[in-house]
Amino acid sequence: MSDLVSINVDGVDIEVPAGTTVVDAAMRADIQIPVFCHHPKLEPVGMCRMCLVRIGMPVRDRATGELLKEPDGSVQYNWGRTLQTGCTVRVAPGMHVVTNSAEAKDARDDIIEFLLTSHPLDCPICDKGGECPLQNLTMAHGGGTSRFNFNDKLTNDKSVPLGELIYLDRERCIQCARCTRFQSEIADDPVIAFHNRGRHLEIVTMSDPGFDSYWSGNTTDICPVGALTTADFRFGARPWELTPAATLSPHDAAGENITVSTRREAKSGGRVVVKRIMPRQNEWVNEIWISDRTRFVHHFAEAADRLKMPLVRKNGQLTPTTWDEALTLVAEKLAATGEQAAGLAGDRLSNEDLFMFQKLFRKALNKNNNIDLANKRLAGGDVTADVGIASGSNLGDLGKGDTIVVIATDLHEEVPIWWLRVKQASERGARLIVLNVRETRLDKHASFVMHYAPGQAIAVAGNLLEHDEEVATAVRDADNLVIFYGYEGLSYDETDALARTLGNLLLETEHVGRPNNGLIAVWPRNNTQGVWDMAVHPGLTPGYRADRNPGLDANAIYAGAESGDITALYIVGADPVGDGLMPGRGALDFMVVQELFLTETAQLADVVLPAQSWLERDGTFTNGERRVQRYNPAIQKVGDSRPDWQILAQVIEKITEGSEKTPFAASLVFSKEIAKSVRAYKDMDYRTLGQVVEQFPKVGGDDLYYGGTSYANEAGIGQQWSASAESKKPKKPFDVPELDVTRPAGLVLLRVAALYTPGTLNQYSELLHARMAKPTVMLHYADADQLGIADGMSLVLRVNGTELPATASIQDGVPSGVALLRGFAWRKGLESAEIVKVQTPITA
Amino acid sequence: MILEILKGLGTTAKHLVRPPVTIQYPEVKRPVRYRFKGRHELKRYDNGLEKCIGCALCAAACPADAIFVEASENTDAQRYSPGERYASTYEINMLRCIFCGYCEDACPTEAIVLEHDYELSFVDRASAIYTKEMLIVPVPDSGTSTPQQVEAGSFDRAIPDMEDPK
Ligand code: SF4
Ligand code: SF4
Ligand code: SF4
Ligand code: FES
Repeated sequence: MSDLVSINVDGVDIEVPAGTTVVDAAMRADIQIPVFCHHPKLEPVGMCRMCLVRIGMPVRDRATGELLKEPDGSVQYNWGRTLQTGCTVRVAPGMHVVTNSAEAKDARDDIIEFLLTSHPLDCPICDKGGECPLQNLTMAHGGGTSRFNFNDKLTNDKSVPLGELIYLDRERCIQCARCTRFQSEIADDPVIAFHNRGRHLEIVTMSDPGFDSYWSGNTTDICPVGALTTADFRFGARPWELTPAATLSPHDAAGENITVSTRREAKSGGRVVVKRIMPRQNEWVNEIWISDRTRFVHHFAEAADRLKMPLVRKNGQLTPTTWDEALTLVAEKLAATGEQAAGLAGDRLSNEDLFMFQKLFRKALNKNNNIDLANKRLAGGDVTADVGIASGSNLGDLGKGDTIVVIATDLHEEVPIWWLRVKQASERGARLIVLNVRETRLDKHASFVMHYAPGQAIAVAGNLLEHDEEVATAVRDADNLVIFYGYEGLSYDETDALARTLGNLLLETEHVGRPNNGLIAVWPRNNTQGVWDMAVHPGLTPGYRADRNPGLDANAIYAGAESGDITALYIVGADPVGDGLMPGRGALDFMVVQELFLTETAQLADVVLPAQSWLERDGTFTNGERRVQRYNPAIQKVGDSRPDWQILAQVIEKITEGSEKTPFAASLVFSKEIAKSVRAYKDMDYRTLGQVVEQFPKVGGDDLYYGGTSYANEAGIGQQWSASAESKKPKKPFDVPELDVTRPAGLVLLRVAALYTPGTLNQYSELLHARMAKPTVMLHYADADQLGIADGMSLVLRVNGTELPATASIQDGVPSGVALLRGFAWRKGLESAEIVKVQTPITA
Repeated sequence: MILEILKGLGTTAKHLVRPPVTIQYPEVKRPVRYRFKGRHELKRYDNGLEKCIGCALCAAACPADAIFVEASENTDAQRYSPGERYASTYEINMLRCIFCGYCEDACPTEAIVLEHDYELSFVDRASAIYTKEMLIVPVPDSGTSTPQQVEAGSFDRAIPDMEDPK
């Protein structure tokens, strides 16, 4: 690490890393120098002058370099002529800082007085009121009186929409530039900026749609006043009326830590409802940022059409019934079916749910191994278990000398927080190698970019050390090497081969088994790693032990349902019919679906069991870095829904006639069952997952520094489990299956991810409707010419009998021979769809 | 002795002819002091707009947690109060209220005032909850009822210039 420098602040000796600003150094000793424009995650600008302090440097004799002494023998200091801004001055050895001199107090008083001349003081209606740094600092440092005439106060527009998500109150802005600096320095979306000068200065957005960034919500957190507010929370409640619940983002594999703030509302019929979502600090996962999807996509949990009662098919109709009747029916049917039963689970479920799911089949149904993930897109959980990024890693530690490889994924659209952290690592000096079929946002920050032909990902990964001398050195000689891989343009089997190839690369270059080294799968969902760990897999048992009698995998189960080999199917948290994986009920005798909504699959079921969303319950998710994290309930249950693990445990209890009791709580499923069966989880329970450590910057406290700009983490930072390479190096490389990766001649269709893809969860957030990715077929101009497709033309994609409307878009960045499909929910067969031109425009 | 008895009877006799001090409540009611703290009222401006801006400071100040406020945003087509925010739900639980008047002190717009109505009795708990409709004063002759449709931009201050508090 960097060298330590010792300084003295208000008589307290502090040791801090060189390069720390005086303000941050003082904060480490809990001495608060008030700030407005400074933010520890941003470069200092010194715009507000709130942090004025007196700084003295020891005086040395010019000739000898000896420290000069006062007559009384103490060190002589040069205190400078004026106060200095503590946020821009970096610490230097021997520096003395006085933060609370009368002079400094006067200066602060003046700054506050001056800021308030243009501030509307409408705290009573301001969304920030109650957690506002300007309020706090005025109370602590303001003089209480003003020499300015109130009537001279400038009035300005109070609600200027910067796009649909963020509103600006021009009067409240104190021109600190935190928002604009965040957008340019951190988010690399410089879409807002200062316009005009002096009192006429305002924040404007230069993009269409306004404030076009996946990170816009974060500016409302760090704005030190209520100038920026989200449309979602606007006037929703006063901050002190909110009840915070510590939970996780359910949207992507990074597992961003969030705090969900709720309130009991009369207008919601007395229900406790979600009012806002804000980041919860976890410097190992998301620091203090979250993407807008995490912030705004929560409305589905409280949607009116959530399933509220168990349904059983009677006379062809799904009819509400009691839990007992539904569960008894499920238990009887499954027990009677035995070997011919199968189960498919989704990867949004928690570890507890997934564990119970495999237990139902393996234990209650007598070693039935016909279970799998319903929608398999990305393989390699077994590879990450061996050579995944080692425990104790933090992407925030990567920098000079380190290398990051990103292949077959678009992190900005799939897991935005990883995009952010990889981009920052490259800014700190890490070499970034981006490999994909097409251009992605990350290319801009990469030191090496390669666009390969569709299907060549495995070959490219295999030849990484031969391809280019510079790349080979960057990979081979990296101090630390982290590889992200995804599934863009690849089949499931190809991703398996890719993961193994990359695993071998890590082994060959000896980048395994130590922190900040290893493989990260860019999983399609938040808990795909958990699906592997809990062994919802036909050939593995919990803890990655191979099962001697593997069951049927998802493809075989779908085929079996068609042919009649499988007669009973239990589907939890997945919609295979909607995803095009299953044409219908096929020859099934009995089908149970456990879900939040009456999905296309649920509509065909015999029994539909209402499950709880992540907001109503607790559980754990394992993120792509194998960090197991805990989430807590925020709202009360919807209808008579139950947590998935409980429903499954109750079915088990019925089948085993009470010999396997339903645990009382998710925490017991974890500590009594998962920790006992899954080796990697053996040292974990809800208590250890809930442990916290001190993090810097300190946020969310009631201090006057960053208080109120994020939530401190009081609910646990989670535990990263050790990949097996950490304890013993794998003796032999992974076997890479030989695959035929040639693509059929002609245009190759390739689905690319979009953060706001129309889909079940996103569609309930009306706020985002205008931002939803429009279904688009992006073409190279030469291909478009050949097909006779013009820019903006209406098209139809024919996928196994389903017609999906789309618009053509001819773009520079698209490689020739490839059509990129953006804005389509994942669907089987999408990439072998037929593109049809329609003459009359169709409406979606 | 006789004298004392007569004196006592005299007092009684005197009160026989005096007008009684008992008043026939509820037919007759005594006026209360000007600063008496009775049931709250939510005030309106002369133009009929509600003074309450839904800030919930009264609820925050209330030591008995008797007040519940939910805010919503005004539009020029549906304007309840000046400025951007108004109380879409406003409830006071009169069983909890201790008539301390802190809410009145906290209110930045002088919207809530403890007035002179002290006749508060209920047969069940639910009817002790006074809703906004019950608390808000009638529209003055000079104004129109809320929500009002107003010209765009005519109200952009949440707290319009007010007279000095009396
Ligand atoms: S909007 Fe907020 S963050 Fe941006 S400059 Fe103004 S006060 Fe600062
Ligand atoms: S008078 Fe006192 S107790 Fe009653 S509502 Fe107001 S603040 Fe609460
Ligand atoms: S009555 Fe006054 S204090 Fe209470 S919400 Fe309305 S404006 Fe705010
Ligand atoms: S100038 Fe230092 S915090 Fe603004």
